[in-house]
Amino acid sequence: MPVLLEVKEKNIIAYISGEVDHHTAKGIRSEIDSEIERLSPEKVILDFSAVTFMDSSGIGLVMGRYKIMQSLSGTVQIQNPPDHIKKVMRLAGLDRIANIINIKAGS
Amino acid sequence: MKILNEIKISFPSRSANESFARIAVSGAVAQFDPCVDELSDIKTAVSEAVTNSIVHAYNMEVGKIDLTIRLLEGKIVYIKIKDYGCGIPDINRAMEPLFTTAPQDERAGLGFAVMESFMDKLTVRSKVGKGTSVILTKKIKSRKAADE
Repeated sequence: MPVLLEVKEKNIIAYISGEVDHHTAKGIRSEIDSEIERLSPEKVILDFSAVTFMDSSGIGLVMGRYKIMQSLSGTVQIQNPPDHIKKVMRLAGLDRIANIINIKAGS
Repeated sequence: MKILNEIKISFPSRSANESFARIAVSGAVAQFDPCVDELSDIKTAVSEAVTNSIVHAYNMEVGKIDLTIRLLEGKIVYIKIKDYGCGIPDINRAMEPLFTTAPQDERAGLGFAVMESFMDKLTVRSKVGKGTSVILTKKIKSRKAADE
């Protein structure tokens, strides 16, 4: 499973794992989107801690969810991206549309 | 510049081969003993170039992609990604950050920007109706220099 979904209060947390590229992004986004459609959450948290590779397809993935959440007056948060993935995110300026936070597992 | 090693691979433009291309390049570049950051920069750039060929060159059909990896003297990695697809009519425009012809597919329009910033040099050659070649080069720092 490339994405594991958890619902906490009115938020969806999507634990993405493995490689995010053009090939895998489609499946990940359709899983997240059907959950957004079902719950109309206030916030979608995209957790990248188990992502081993990401190219600009991951940027499209975040921006697409950002647009959907904007239309629901909600927000997107990016959680625990590894350094090399943060580098791609910074290049795209994702930090301007979504909070990027780091939290330790288990806290 | 002297070519120390050269590997050529052809594969069909199926999206499953995006990860194959990254693995092939990682395997070849390993001979230069790159650090983790350099390797992920190269993998990301190659992924962008190959994805461009898959998404744009063959207009939903499957065509051929040629990948050439050369290891050059002075620890320089040369990677060429070549397709025989539709070509790019306006390369400067295609290279503008955020420009994309496939927004419905959630393409961010950042492929060339990623290639440019993650590699030392990017060269794009394209002819409408003939295809596109992307050449990426990067010098691998010796471990000593990288640790300093």
